[in-house]
Amino acid sequence: MNVVEASGLGKRYGATWALRECMLEIPAGRVAALVGPNGAGKSTLLNLAVGLSVPSAGEVTVLGGRLAGSPAALDGIAFVAQDTPLYKNLTVADMIYVTRNLNRRFDQPYAQARLDELGIPLKRKAGKLSGGQQAQLALTLALARRPRLLVLDEPVAMLDPIARHDFMATVLAAASADGVSVLLSSHVLTELERVAGYLVLLSRGQVLLAGDVGELLATHGRASLEELALRYLRENLPAATR
Amino acid sequence: MTALTVPARPDEDGARLRPVPWRRMAGVTWRQHRFALAGVAALLGALAVWLWIIGTPLHHAYAVAAACHPASSPACQKLADTFNGMDDLMAGATTPGGVFLQLVPVLIGAFAGAPVLARELETGTFRYAWTQGFGRWRWALAKLVLLGALLAAATGTVGALVSWYYQPYFAPGNQALYLNEMSPFATLFTLRGVAFPAWTLAAFTIGALAGMLIRRIVPAIIATLAIYAGLALATGLYLREHYLTPLLTSNPNVPGTAWIISNWSARHGKFAYAGNPPDILLNRFCSSLPAGPGKAGISPQAFAQCLARHGYTQWTSYQPASRFWPFQGIEGGWLLALSALLIAATVWLVHRRAA
Repeated sequence: MNVVEASGLGKRYGATWALRECMLEIPAGRVAALVGPNGAGKSTLLNLAVGLSVPSAGEVTVLGGRLAGSPAALDGIAFVAQDTPLYKNLTVADMIYVTRNLNRRFDQPYAQARLDELGIPLKRKAGKLSGGQQAQLALTLALARRPRLLVLDEPVAMLDPIARHDFMATVLAAASADGVSVLLSSHVLTELERVAGYLVLLSRGQVLLAGDVGELLATHGRASLEELALRYLRENLPAATR
Repeated sequence: MTALTVPARPDEDGARLRPVPWRRMAGVTWRQHRFALAGVAALLGALAVWLWIIGTPLHHAYAVAAACHPASSPACQKLADTFNGMDDLMAGATTPGGVFLQLVPVLIGAFAGAPVLARELETGTFRYAWTQGFGRWRWALAKLVLLGALLAAATGTVGALVSWYYQPYFAPGNQALYLNEMSPFATLFTLRGVAFPAWTLAAFTIGALAGMLIRRIVPAIIATLAIYAGLALATGLYLREHYLTPLLTSNPNVPGTAWIISNWSARHGKFAYAGNPPDILLNRFCSSLPAGPGKAGISPQAFAQCLARHGYTQWTSYQPASRFWPFQGIEGGWLLALSALLIAATVWLVHRRAA
């Protein structure tokens, strides 16, 4: 099963195409990394996959053929948006309450145990938490929904190194122990090295490269994901401008 | 660091998903909007207490004056004067109390309605809310209907209190009391009965749609104030008088409780002039009367009678006071329909609009 499938997918804002002719099949059970420079169309692709925006061309399905944004798709996907938006004036307990009531499933014991472990007090307002704690809260709420696909948009961009490490540890635990498929975007390449098993390289609204990280490294004779991505992006920039 | 694991869950492929129940939005809406709702409750609660404080002695004075017999006796006149003299706190819509009450629907609409969606869009939390399992259009519909109904119920209570406050003025059988001559269609119309909650609901839904379209709280509030003002003015100045065809009479003694739409005079079946008779006519036909128009001592009726002797008929079109409740029903009805339409448009935008 593919967790995300796109064919001829395009998104236009006014006259500019943020995403063009996107063809993609991301397999289940992987941590897939969406990599590309700023403005490459990473957020656009993720917004389309979680159903926040509607394609201008083509279509995108998730979790084995469910139309993105449909009730069945929303039920199985948890999304943590960029800058982890939370209701700042609600307490952590209220955020749990709201998320529980907006979803068919919610693992309350997991959420509470996890927040307890992180030392996040339930009575604190979400807006008063540190950046790392807010990110962890958003991630905990997403995982407590017991999704089959976890989508993260630039999850660690705003975090310090320790918070970054802790956050990715939680993501990896969910992925490896519970079989949650993960799709995350980032422009911090070093962070992805340890976690990503599948790579999608985006540049200027187009997919340059997609595939299993190990196979891609072997095929292109590169030692690391960072090296591969950088090389590929540099080579392809002139082509995209042409 | 150790991470807790998420228990596996049964696969639900193929199984038709039962949607998250609607009732779950009640608690969600309450938690998200309790401060706004508490603010509205405090405002309306203060208004209710104030109406009760100024209304109780008024009702008492009226009851005493109305029970007094015979009405023409000096003692009864004194009681009637006491009642009439109590009219300071909220006489019509021009006193601070009346003006403030007029503003209540739009204040609630702008400050409670505009942020409902604008805040989500401005702070980015719509990315959280619209990706939950509840579904975004259901989320928007549940929230707007719930908040709208709560606000309408709360302002409906205050509207009933305003009606109660004005009861003595419009009560039948108090002919001796001067204020009975006040038309229930004067600007108080929107403060009583169903019009008050209906205008509040309309303001709230205007605010919600403006917030969805503009996506920023402060501009959405300003837009709501402007649109509401335009709608309220257009309704008061042009629309309301046409709800039912006005009655037409050539009797110059139209009851004082009626809402006069227009009056004009005709001679030999042809239109002569609108409103008050022009000086030139009065000088020609009615110079025998002791003074000119507008001067003290001569009533408009005297001129009308004088001109009637010369073949002029004065026509008046008016809405009788008995149409107060039909008019309330019509205004409440179209405002409710408008609100439903605005909610539908907002929900459709939430459903369709690309983020």
